[in-house]
Amino acid sequence: MSAITDVFARCRREKRAAFIPYITAGDPNLETTAALLPALDRGGADLIELGIPFSDPIADGPANQRAATRALDAGTKLSGIFEVISRCRAEVEAPILLFTYFNPIHARGVERFAEQAAASGVDGVLCLDLPPEEARESYLPALRNHGLDTVFLLAPTSTKPRIKAVAEVSSGFIYYVSRTGVTGSHEPLPKELAKEVKALRRRVKLPVAVGFGISSPEQVAAVAKVADAVVVGSALVRLVEDGGMSEDLPQTLEDRVRELTAPLRR
Amino acid sequence: MAKASLLKERAEADRLGRFGPYGGRYVPETLMAPLDELAKAYDRHRRRRAFRCRLAGLHRDYSGRPTPLYLAERLSEQLGGARVYFKREDLLHTGAHKINNAIGQALLTREMGKERVIAETGAGQHGVATATAAALLGLECRVYMGTEDMRRQRLNVYRMQLLGAEVAAVDSGSRTLKDAINEALRDWVTNVRTTHYILGSVLGPDPFPRMVRDFHSVIGEEAAKQLKRQAKRAYPDAAIACVGGGSNAIGLFSAFLDEPRTRLIGVEAGGRGPGPGDHAARFDGGRLGVLHGTRTFLLQDEDGQVQGTHSISAGLDYPAVGPEHAFLRDKGRIEYTRVGDDEALEAFHLFSETEGILPALETAHAIAEAVRRAPRLPKEKILLVNLSGRGDKDVETVLAEDERRREADPDPAPAGPRLHGDPS
Ligand SMILES: Cc1ncc(COP(=O)(O)O)c(C=O)c1O
Repeated sequence: MSAITDVFARCRREKRAAFIPYITAGDPNLETTAALLPALDRGGADLIELGIPFSDPIADGPANQRAATRALDAGTKLSGIFEVISRCRAEVEAPILLFTYFNPIHARGVERFAEQAAASGVDGVLCLDLPPEEARESYLPALRNHGLDTVFLLAPTSTKPRIKAVAEVSSGFIYYVSRTGVTGSHEPLPKELAKEVKALRRRVKLPVAVGFGISSPEQVAAVAKVADAVVVGSALVRLVEDGGMSEDLPQTLEDRVRELTAPLRR
Repeated sequence: MAKASLLKERAEADRLGRFGPYGGRYVPETLMAPLDELAKAYDRHRRRRAFRCRLAGLHRDYSGRPTPLYLAERLSEQLGGARVYFKREDLLHTGAHKINNAIGQALLTREMGKERVIAETGAGQHGVATATAAALLGLECRVYMGTEDMRRQRLNVYRMQLLGAEVAAVDSGSRTLKDAINEALRDWVTNVRTTHYILGSVLGPDPFPRMVRDFHSVIGEEAAKQLKRQAKRAYPDAAIACVGGGSNAIGLFSAFLDEPRTRLIGVEAGGRGPGPGDHAARFDGGRLGVLHGTRTFLLQDEDGQVQGTHSISAGLDYPAVGPEHAFLRDKGRIEYTRVGDDEALEAFHLFSETEGILPALETAHAIAEAVRRAPRLPKEKILLVNLSGRGDKDVETVLAEDERRREADPDPAPAGPRLHGDPS
């Protein structure tokens, strides 16, 4: 059983939803990332999503776009990201899921990418612009071969046949996008969300995480009532942006994760 | 030549949504079902008589099709070789080939029951064409444009606004076409239920590369008929077009794919030189990658980060090329060359002075390639160049470039149009 599957089994026993924070690797530099991963873990992350910065992040809102720009401006490279992960791995209990666009994987070669990710201690990969149709040929076999979970997205526009196709290729969990849109929305959560997530969970066996535009403890609590996991991304990325190179940044993030997870632990 | 029909292969590629290893649909899940719907709607309507008649009627009465085929006698005489014919897409309403696709997709938007369209634009020509089609068909319209391009193409920005479109400034990344597409895709992911994205070239996820191509194939179909009438044969010895995403090129080339006597030549932007970030010659410095939903040749670094590009023409300033171009290059059917800023500017002046036509700077790249080739060919040979757009939008850029060059080199070679490759 994978580490990601374990996390969801444990949360189910504890009768609570899992909490998944997101940050961008290399924002504002990789040294900071090396300090933030353990901080997120201490704050109560059940699983950590780590973004690979990409020059053209079409599914991201302004906060994550700026984070990617900061990371790339600081010279962040994929090999550096793998190094930081393997350096932190022993210190961080939560499984690590890479959150990425496809071209950085494609440029490295899917097989080499999977091998290096697994060797550095990555547990799974979510590729934003790689639907199952494009993943079957080389991505899925390579990642499976190296014991990595393959997490795919579903969205409010997904049809029944698409839900089935995504469920077939997913492992670990399924990521449900809370709305049609990009990351970091400030709009309230859609009214239909609870209904949609409940319907989806009846349809698929894997746990369902919900993300995109969830930022406050109240929203976390609301989503946790219907989902197996709650993802908070841009709200944390904004803290990294405000904190910059400050020495207090790891503590700030740790505290924030503790606040965000408080509703889950009651 | 007993070569298999490329047009037949194309029909198969269309069915799969990919051209060999190129193309596909690399998009966030939110867009997958809408792309399916779009492909179905397109496949249904393109066969419907009513849709085709409506489109043909607008081509004729609104855009001004057929466009003339023009033999540039003075230019041909000066070059002293092959006769050079120009397909006059510059004479279309709004001044470039882009309207063929914009009107086609806007009609489709209406058929799909959507009320809003978005578009990206580099040179502003596709934005103006989309704003025009939206006004014509009563659609709400928003055009994304990089701030660097807004500076280069001020007049087109105001033209779009006059047409009732909203122009959204994109200030991220390189502030050019690539970033405008990023922002348009973000809008589309958010508003896909009500909005159609009128993508402006043979780029992006399936069905865009084949749909945009089909809407432009009228260029080559007309040209073949006109050549037959005017030059007494239905094919040129070479067809030449500039390649940004590649829509005007593939629109012209489509009619000659199965004609082995016609060489097909695509011209990429050589910019300032071969260094990374200095050009947009994807086939000469790029490698296979995935950007904006499609797998194709891409200018990128070893980590897969997309590289900056440069061209004097905003419409060629893009790091990826249409996937079908990559496919037809592998097949050995289309050859690609590059023309740099200086040579394009020279061709711009030469063409303006010898033919009385200001070409778009994009088009000037194709003209420069004809200027290179014509002198080496005998008089019976025919070159066909796609005159994809007119140059009014570029007058400010050319003025600034000429002034800059004059300051840098106050004592240039003798005045008058210079011919590239001229031994003098
Ligand atoms: C006049 C003209 N020609 C060519 C292009 C390049 O686009 P494509 O390669 O899709 O024809 C543009 C793009 O803006 C243009 O305005």
